[in-house]
Amino acid sequence: MSLASSEISTTGRQLPDRLKSPIQRFLASWELLLLGVAIAVFILNSFASPYFLDPWNLSDATFNFTEKALIAFAMAMLIISGEIDLSVASIIALASTAMGFAVQMGAETPVLILVGLGVGLACGAFNGFLVTGFGLPSIVVTIGTMSLFRGISYIVLGDKAYTGYPSDFAFFGQGYVWWVISFEFLLFAFMAVLFAVVLHRTNFGRAAYVIGNNPVGALFSGIRVPRVKFALFLLTGLMSGVAAICLTSRLGATRPSIAFGWELEVVTMVVLGGVNILGGSGSIPGVVIAAFVMGMVTFGFGLLNVPGIVMSIFIGLLLISVIALPRIAHRILARRKV
Amino acid sequence: MLANTQGIENVHPHAAQDAKPVLSLNGISKSFPGVKALSEVALDLFPGQVTALVGENGAGKSTIVKVLTGIYQPDEGQISINGKPLSFPTAQDAGEAGVTAIHQETVLFDDLSVAENIFIGHAPKTRFGLIDRKEMVGKAQELLDRIGAQIDPGVLLKDLGIANKHLVAIARALSIDAQIVIMDEPTASLSHKEIEETYELVERLKAEGKAILFISHKFDEIFRIADRYTVFRDGQMVGAGKITEVSEPELVKMMVGRSVDQVYPRREADPGEEVLEVVGYCHPTEFEDIGFTLRKGEILGFYGLVGAGRSEVMQALFGVTKPSKGAIRIDDQIAVIRTPNEAISHGIVYVPEDRGKQGAIKGLPIFQNVSLPSLKTTSKNGFLRLAEEFKLARDYTQRLDLRAAALDQDIGELSGGNQQKVVIAKWLATQPRVIILDEPTKGIDIGSKAAVHEFMAELAAEGLAVIMVSSEIPEILGMSDRVIVMREGRIAAEFERDDLTPEQLVRTAAGLSEVTS
Repeated sequence: MSLASSEISTTGRQLPDRLKSPIQRFLASWELLLLGVAIAVFILNSFASPYFLDPWNLSDATFNFTEKALIAFAMAMLIISGEIDLSVASIIALASTAMGFAVQMGAETPVLILVGLGVGLACGAFNGFLVTGFGLPSIVVTIGTMSLFRGISYIVLGDKAYTGYPSDFAFFGQGYVWWVISFEFLLFAFMAVLFAVVLHRTNFGRAAYVIGNNPVGALFSGIRVPRVKFALFLLTGLMSGVAAICLTSRLGATRPSIAFGWELEVVTMVVLGGVNILGGSGSIPGVVIAAFVMGMVTFGFGLLNVPGIVMSIFIGLLLISVIALPRIAHRILARRKV
Repeated sequence: MLANTQGIENVHPHAAQDAKPVLSLNGISKSFPGVKALSEVALDLFPGQVTALVGENGAGKSTIVKVLTGIYQPDEGQISINGKPLSFPTAQDAGEAGVTAIHQETVLFDDLSVAENIFIGHAPKTRFGLIDRKEMVGKAQELLDRIGAQIDPGVLLKDLGIANKHLVAIARALSIDAQIVIMDEPTASLSHKEIEETYELVERLKAEGKAILFISHKFDEIFRIADRYTVFRDGQMVGAGKITEVSEPELVKMMVGRSVDQVYPRREADPGEEVLEVVGYCHPTEFEDIGFTLRKGEILGFYGLVGAGRSEVMQALFGVTKPSKGAIRIDDQIAVIRTPNEAISHGIVYVPEDRGKQGAIKGLPIFQNVSLPSLKTTSKNGFLRLAEEFKLARDYTQRLDLRAAALDQDIGELSGGNQQKVVIAKWLATQPRVIILDEPTKGIDIGSKAAVHEFMAELAAEGLAVIMVSSEIPEILGMSDRVIVMREGRIAAEFERDDLTPEQLVRTAAGLSEVTS
């Protein structure tokens, strides 16, 4: 009606758009700090082992994080919206088991892809339905479905394994697109761009931030909160299905213990990437850099023959110190001011 | 409720006007990163007297309360009690020194009993070191009787109304034998009758010789119950003295540093055609048979006691809660509203009472708050267009005279009044037909209040239909063209502004008469 912006009376002063330029913001950002850590790890690795800088070794290193990162992109959006999905690794197990079962039934590769994606979507829908339909806390729901989904795999497989995947199925986990660039790495790069656009450049991505900062306020602003949350669970399930396809293809076999413990590594990657575990803030570029950091640390330790348990100790310490660092810095700065 | 007034012994003589202060603060300063919250303030509290602490939001009132209760440590300055210098490193130290606070949102425990709430932290023990329940309940009963509260010490706190919770907090204050009682806006969310009871209680505490620090935004109650006043502005003490030696305009002037004429904007009511009609609106528990009409260019006031169901009706109109029966007509067309999203697309928007939870999205910048309900128009094919969002935010924040550093500033960093401006801006940006304002000036400072009132008048003049829910009688009388009074979930009466007096409003809301017009 009569409130078109052209008729607005100029009573107040006009505010500037930005207090700090995007460059200033970047210089003070978490992502930049993390990039520094990534570069430091890279340099340390290249000194620690003469084999590290070999292109094929570097290419191999990417397999340490690509599959987890695929899930981490969706998980980042979910955590930003204030929810979490701890069943992702179990979704991989169930999707992989379903694909293995389909192979026994004589399914070809296209059908296997559909089965993998379909199971992922179905699991995501189940989580999303329980959370948005009944208003249950997602941490409880997905701890439940974590046991449930993997439990089904154990019942179906017991101590057996599904093998005999068709040879063209191997491409998704073992194929190379060009020289040292694997299919998985290309998929990772593509998804990184796609998720960055969705989170940072669409109304849907904005809704995730709004809900994470203030779910009640989001509802009172006309955002269809349950719908957005359901879509995010669906997306996380789907990406777990994609990861299941890649991992199953790479291993060439399905055991019920497949991807065991990955949910914590995925969450670690997301949090290390600067996503607030309580929701409301974070970015995809941050998660991408965090994926590289974790992948390189794991690979570097592997080259040095460091046992796996030491690696997880290191990742744990890394996580705690990068989370604590900004707070400690803040406290020191505050003290100096007074 | 205060039945046996004659039972009090050692009534403090009022001749103690020139007595020594029981508590004095001297040169207290407190800084936070980037803000000096308190700058060398002084405050004296006298036994048996009520000292009113007044100031706009952000003047430092809450900070001084936190300093007094040991939550914050002052950077500089001296606290002394009965002339002895003291410091309160923790909240417990403050309690032991005899300072207790009854907060705006009283900090009590819903799932504990009344007696447990009163004695938490200092419950009487048996000789085995366990809590002596019998003794505790008995003592609690004694304390509740002393303040004339008819509450069973055995019931759970969550089963009490807000007024009774305040009484429990007061009983708790008495249980630790506090000399100094801080009451932080104790009447903010109480009904008329409960407020009267609170005043009686303050008198009672005065008579027992307690020194009371009374924080309030309401001038009528300050002049009614306070003996002395202290005014804070921008973290500084700008005035103090006896209440009998100051006038209301003088106090306001001290608070804002300039004189604000509290006159409401003058407007010529010229309502146009009917926009909204509500018929037979019902809700299983909150309201029943609500019906009214609203015309273009009109401000319709909703008055009632807290809990009369006004906000619930508005939230149903906005699609947050579902009515069980009834219909809405917009421009003579039946409209179905099941979600806020549908309300917005019908041109109905709602500025909620609970700004922090329902209005502002803290953590997000101002411009994203403004553009939030308008994303459909600022975006293209689902993709954000930041330039459009900034343009929208620039236009509407300018119109509302928002005070902020830049549009990418977090809304949570703004004062209450400026947050409210952003929330109003975000709804105006959707170009609504009906705007519902629920307690639009609650908890915001006088300067912003006047700006919001002026702006409402402007909107109505431009043809917007405005519904204003308010519990402040001057605001209702000053702004509305028509007033609907609700009582216990029903419409009690409807008045034209011209034939309405404050007494009529109060009587109708309390159910004292059946005046209809």
